[in-house]
Amino acid sequence: MPFKRHIEIGRVAVVNYGKEYGTLVVIVDVLDQHRVLVDSPTMVRAVHSMRRLALTDLSVKIQRIPKKTALVKALQEADIFGKFGSCSWGQKIAVQKAKKSLDDFGRYKLMVARVKKSAILKREVAKLKKTAK
Amino acid sequence: MVACKYHQYQIVGRHVPTEKDASPKIYRMKMWATDAVRAKSKFWYFMSLLKKVKRANGQIISCNEILERKPTTVKNYGVWVRYQSRTGYHNMYKEFRDVTMNGAVDQLYCEMGARHRVRASCLQIVKTATIPSNLCKRTAVTMMHDPKVSFPIQQKIVRPISKSLKTVFKYKRPAACMM
Repeated sequence: MPFKRHIEIGRVAVVNYGKEYGTLVVIVDVLDQHRVLVDSPTMVRAVHSMRRLALTDLSVKIQRIPKKTALVKALQEADIFGKFGSCSWGQKIAVQKAKKSLDDFGRYKLMVARVKKSAILKREVAKLKKTAK
Repeated sequence: MVACKYHQYQIVGRHVPTEKDASPKIYRMKMWATDAVRAKSKFWYFMSLLKKVKRANGQIISCNEILERKPTTVKNYGVWVRYQSRTGYHNMYKEFRDVTMNGAVDQLYCEMGARHRVRASCLQIVKTATIPSNLCKRTAVTMMHDPKVSFPIQQKIVRPISKSLKTVFKYKRPAACMM
C-alpha cells in the first residue's frame, strides 16, 4: 500500500501541536528530513517540525517560497479553506470548535436537544421491538 | 521557531594607544558565542594568538550582534571548522540547510558533538558562507534542492495536543501507522 500524502511544496497540512494548533498551513519549502518551512495567510512564514504537522489530501500549485500575496491568491483559486471545511476532517474540527465556544446556556440547550433526540429514537426502537415480537 | 543557542557577534578591537603608536591597527572578528561576554572572551583568545595584543593591553571598540537578514527563507550554509579530536587537530567542512546562520551553527555544534564527540570548547569556526544550491557538496543538503521534492511521513506521531493533557498510563495501543 503506497503512501498517498507526501511532504512536498504546496501540500496543505494542519498544525497538530503547539501555539498554532488547528491552523491550516501550506508547506512552502523543505529544510531537511524533519523540518519544513510553512506559511499561511494568518501567520509569518516559519519553520515547523514535521512532527507538528498532519498532512491533508489537499495541495496547492505554488513555487518554492512564494510571496504572501501569491500564496493567498493560489489558496483562494484552489478554494483550500472551503474544500477543507467541507471535508469530513474539516467538519469534525468545526464541530469541536463550536462545542468549545458554547457558554453554559449553550451547553444546556445542547443537553436538552440530545435528550429529546434520544427520546425520539428510543420511542421508535420500542415500536420496532413491539412489531418484531 | 526555537531560539538559537549561539549568537553571532562582530567585535572590533585594538591595542591601547601608546606613545609609540598613537593609533594602533583596528581588528574586527566575527564570532559565535552564547552571549556577548563569551564572545569578547573568545575575541581576546584569538587576538592574542594572532597579534601582539592581549586583554590587558587592548580595548574593545564595539561588540554588536549580527542578526539574520532574511530569517524566513531557506539557505544552504557551508561551515569550515577546526576541531580537536582525541588524537590531534583536524579541519572539516560541513554543510547545513537552515533558515538562519545561527541555526546552522547550532546544528554544527550538535552534530560535531554527536558524530565526533567534539565538545564546544574544542571547536573553532574558521569560516562560514551561504552557498548557492549548485555549489553544495553534501547529499543531505542537495537532496532537498529538487523543486519537486516529495517524500511521505512514515509514522504518525501519537501524542496529546498539549503537554498538560499528558497521561502516564494509556489504555489503547498507539496506532502509528499512516495508512
